[in-house]
Amino acid sequence: MNAPTAPFQTYITPPHPRALSNGKFKITASGVDVHYGEKHAIKNLSIDIPDRAVSAFIGPSGCGKSTFLRAINRMNDTIPGCRVTGDIEVDKHDIYDPKIDVVQLRAKVGMVFQKPNPFPKSIYENVAYGPRIHGLAKDKTELDQIVEQSLRKAGLWEEVKDRLAQPGTGLSGGQQQRLCIARAIAVNPEVILMDEPCSALDPIATAKIEELIDELRQNYCIVIVTHSMQQAARVSQLTAFFHLGTLVEYGDTDEMFTAPQEKRTQDYITGRFG
Amino acid sequence: MTEVRNELVAKRYAAERRFRFYGAAALTLTALFLAVLLIDVINKGLPAFHEHSVDIEVKVDAADIDPSNLPGGNYDKLVKEAFRAEFPSVTDRTGKKALTALLSTGGADRLREMVIADPAIIGKQVTVPVLLSADADLFLKSMSSDVTSVEGKATLHIARLEGDEGYVLTGDSTGEEAEKQLGIAPGELVRFAGGALRVTGVQNGYLKAEVVFAPDPAITALSPGQWSVLSFAIPESSRRISDQQALWLEQLKQDGRIENSFAWRFFESGDSREPELAGIRGALVGSLLTVAVAILLALPLGIAAAVYLEQFAPKNHWTDLIEVNINNLAAVPSIIFGLLGLAVFLNFFGLPRSAPVVGGLVLALLVLPTIIIASRAALKAVPPSITEAALGVGASKQQAVFQHVLPLALPGIMTGTILGLARAFGETAPLLMIGMVAFIADIPQGFTSAATVLPVQVFLWSDLPELAFRAKTAAAIMVLLVVLFALNAVAIYLRKRFERRW
Amino acid sequence: MFLWTVLLIVLMAGIAYVAGRARASGMVAAGGARLHSLPSYHGLFVAAGAMIGGLALAILAAFVFGAQSFMTPVAAVAGGAIGAAPLYSRSSLDFRARNAFERVVLVVLIACSGVAVLTTVGIVFSVLFETLIFFRAVSPIEFLFGTHWSPNGTPASFGFVPLLAGTLLITVIALVVAGPLGLLSAIYMAEYASPRLRSVLKPVLEILAGIPTVVLGFFAALTVAPLVRFSGESLGLAVASESALAAGLVMGMMIVPLISSLSDDIINAVPQALRDGSYAMGATKSETIKKVVLPAALPGIVSAFMLAISRAIGETMIVVMAAGLAANLTANPFAAVTTITVQIATLLVGDQEFDSPKTLSAFALGFVLFFFTLVLNYIALRIVQKYREQYD
Repeated sequence: MNAPTAPFQTYITPPHPRALSNGKFKITASGVDVHYGEKHAIKNLSIDIPDRAVSAFIGPSGCGKSTFLRAINRMNDTIPGCRVTGDIEVDKHDIYDPKIDVVQLRAKVGMVFQKPNPFPKSIYENVAYGPRIHGLAKDKTELDQIVEQSLRKAGLWEEVKDRLAQPGTGLSGGQQQRLCIARAIAVNPEVILMDEPCSALDPIATAKIEELIDELRQNYCIVIVTHSMQQAARVSQLTAFFHLGTLVEYGDTDEMFTAPQEKRTQDYITGRFG
Repeated sequence: MTEVRNELVAKRYAAERRFRFYGAAALTLTALFLAVLLIDVINKGLPAFHEHSVDIEVKVDAADIDPSNLPGGNYDKLVKEAFRAEFPSVTDRTGKKALTALLSTGGADRLREMVIADPAIIGKQVTVPVLLSADADLFLKSMSSDVTSVEGKATLHIARLEGDEGYVLTGDSTGEEAEKQLGIAPGELVRFAGGALRVTGVQNGYLKAEVVFAPDPAITALSPGQWSVLSFAIPESSRRISDQQALWLEQLKQDGRIENSFAWRFFESGDSREPELAGIRGALVGSLLTVAVAILLALPLGIAAAVYLEQFAPKNHWTDLIEVNINNLAAVPSIIFGLLGLAVFLNFFGLPRSAPVVGGLVLALLVLPTIIIASRAALKAVPPSITEAALGVGASKQQAVFQHVLPLALPGIMTGTILGLARAFGETAPLLMIGMVAFIADIPQGFTSAATVLPVQVFLWSDLPELAFRAKTAAAIMVLLVVLFALNAVAIYLRKRFERRW
Repeated sequence: MFLWTVLLIVLMAGIAYVAGRARASGMVAAGGARLHSLPSYHGLFVAAGAMIGGLALAILAAFVFGAQSFMTPVAAVAGGAIGAAPLYSRSSLDFRARNAFERVVLVVLIACSGVAVLTTVGIVFSVLFETLIFFRAVSPIEFLFGTHWSPNGTPASFGFVPLLAGTLLITVIALVVAGPLGLLSAIYMAEYASPRLRSVLKPVLEILAGIPTVVLGFFAALTVAPLVRFSGESLGLAVASESALAAGLVMGMMIVPLISSLSDDIINAVPQALRDGSYAMGATKSETIKKVVLPAALPGIVSAFMLAISRAIGETMIVVMAAGLAANLTANPFAAVTTITVQIATLLVGDQEFDSPKTLSAFALGFVLFFFTLVLNYIALRIVQKYREQYD
């Protein structure tokens, strides 16, 4: 492994990525540091993420990609001893501003986790949970509509429409993960963060989720953390390579995989370390 | 995008704060209950840790003591007579009785000890501290009634009425409202050098009074400061100590004759019908014997059962049954174990009633599930790699378990055992069933002699009507809690000291 | 005699150990070949024989001649010799003494774990036997459905319903207190309290859990009962001096640590992923707790409550000291009621005549109590087991 000898700081945000053509920058981060107690997990990280595109975060385990992902909707708040400094803005609003309401931020920036985590409730209740707590539906008919739309968008409706009252935990792994995506969509987020959403799934279920991600890109800003470079290549328009808590390189996915600018990126992509 | 509905968000945050408050309130309430409980017990129990005695000059008359039988001497008479002699004005029978009632029935014990220790004092004059009775003791601890003493501020005129009519009291300006002038109300006592009167009522602006201690007939007027008014919160009729007795005690106190000392007796003597003589020594010894039997039986049995179930038992119906059994037994009401003890140990095996050995057997069965469960948890916490390492160098499974796993699990097992011990020490109900509830004044001599235990002693005393026993009960509870806290502290220390993260 | 017997058996075992070991060592020295087992195992094996033989004969002698007889220690010595001798002579170079000894140890271990089963069997038989005798005098129908309880009356009546009603009344009061307090405490400790606050609060609950019930009974009878009575009277209510409310309140406080520690464990066992899922949707902490964590933990919490009920039904000292003896059939918390455990305790403290229905009725009550708590415990433990499997 050819780790850098000195703390390495990279600031590579393509000024005009091709993926930006159909949108604007949704998330901008500059000078972000994350500490877990003594551990310095993310070092002076800056990145701009465009809307209506899929950005993939890749890098070896422990490189800080998941940590940064969780920083975007402040899920790190639930971990004791975690400190985030620097600027992370969503739609030009600093999300660590004390005036920002976490609850509303998370409604706007949804998240899907590594392991499918449906609530131990019915399929319907799983999807209806978010709209209920945020008061998005006036009445039952409207709630029914939201549930149906979300399940349709997640490509699950046809499979579950006859058994909405059954527990969500009874579905297969892939279905559970799509249920979690439907659950996230149900509150009308603008950004969906996905933390290795396919790592617990078999290849067929993975293919379905990837297909779904590709469709969702029309309406959402999607950030996906993945261990699989093939997956990054398949679903993302932009790829960011993380190493040892720093962002090494960030750019259009096809360019990254064919002609990376940094030697470390190339080493990782070609499988020399990681 | 999600529409921002501020009023809803505000509501949701209000609900959040409310919910959090409920949680904090529940914990606060629980902690408050514990605090009130402890403070209440300490408040009630502290007075029992000291006792009052009066120093009496006793002439140890050889006539009352047989030199060949020193313990059998009539010390009671000596002490009582010496005490009465100090109040020559008390001549009537009831008065004498009231006077000696101030002394404990065990008051002469100290004199007996002194004579036995040094027979040379026979025929001499000695000063003996004599324990006061519980009622006198409570009065001196201000527990039987609140007493206030106010210095007289005006001049008091006393006039004796003809015949047995008593006395009248007035202030300087005769005729009007002697009550206000003197600041005395009916029921209160007027005390002065050489006498005491009890005010009975108001009559034509005078105060009528009756004799408590007959005053010197020469006294007709007392200037301010020469007399004082004593008033009780509780009327004499509902007090266990009369006005007369109260005044004697006050006088003894003023003379510096009353001694207030730490009640070692509480730890040194067994139970007694007299509150001032009762102690917890018997119960404490009984508890130690009982718990010793319980732990000596339950510890080896519990560890053996835990080792078998955790390390050797195959997974089959028999071990399933044992497991279900143990978990169930841990939650069976303790009184049921008492029934078991009564039916099996007493009736079937014919073991003696009230004996620590039977109590220990019952408590052993009671804490066995606790010890097994704790030991299993401790054994389970030892990683299998330790066993594998031992097996890898050719040890047998039993060698691996007894030489490697068990020693590593021992701190955890000890912690569980101490907690079981604490439970056994505080258990009451099953011991009631096997007769450990009898009144036993003697300190138990062995595992088969009749005994009671500390929690049962608490139960027995709490049932008694005397106020003094209430203080004793609370004091016994304090001792019980101190022992339990100490045991728990040891358990926590062990847990902290040997805690190991694998 | 008892002490002598024990000492002699230990002495015999010691001698057997030394002899067995010496013989095995001697064989090595003489023959030069290797033993299968260490000499000490040969010694232990012989010692085990001495111990078992001695114990067996001593117990037999105690039954035949009486426990205090001098025959008991004599039998112990004889038994020790008889038990050790054949094992001593079996010792040889290739004798697998370790395996033999380990078999003995295993049997002893199994026997020890059987004590728990034996205890249950003992309980069942001791209550069942007397209960059956009791039902010869009083019909089970009368016992189970009778509404009048006065074992000392003439004629005595043994209607169990008022006792059940009293027990349930106090249990309900206790649960009304302990349910919310325990559950909310557990939630606060598991979800809100900082580690430092937790380290203060947990001991408070542990201390409360460790306070003997006789102490709580004293507090209930002498402090809470007068307080309840006083405040009831100042509101114009007629309150009995031994009201069900006072006993129930204190019993509730006794159960708070039980419910909170069980619920705390159960809430902590709910996977963090579920909480994360809820937070990521923008739920507040309390919404997450109420709508995700508690429903997920429900089976466990239900079983915690069942164990609490079982504990309340079987609790004796608090009710003996703070509840009454009068078997009133009432649902009024200010009235005096009596409970199953109070009756068992009062009937069996003091003189017992095992031929009168009065004493035997205590065993019938004990049987009912055991049955109730057994069923509650069994269901509760089953639920917990299922629940553990779900998240393991």
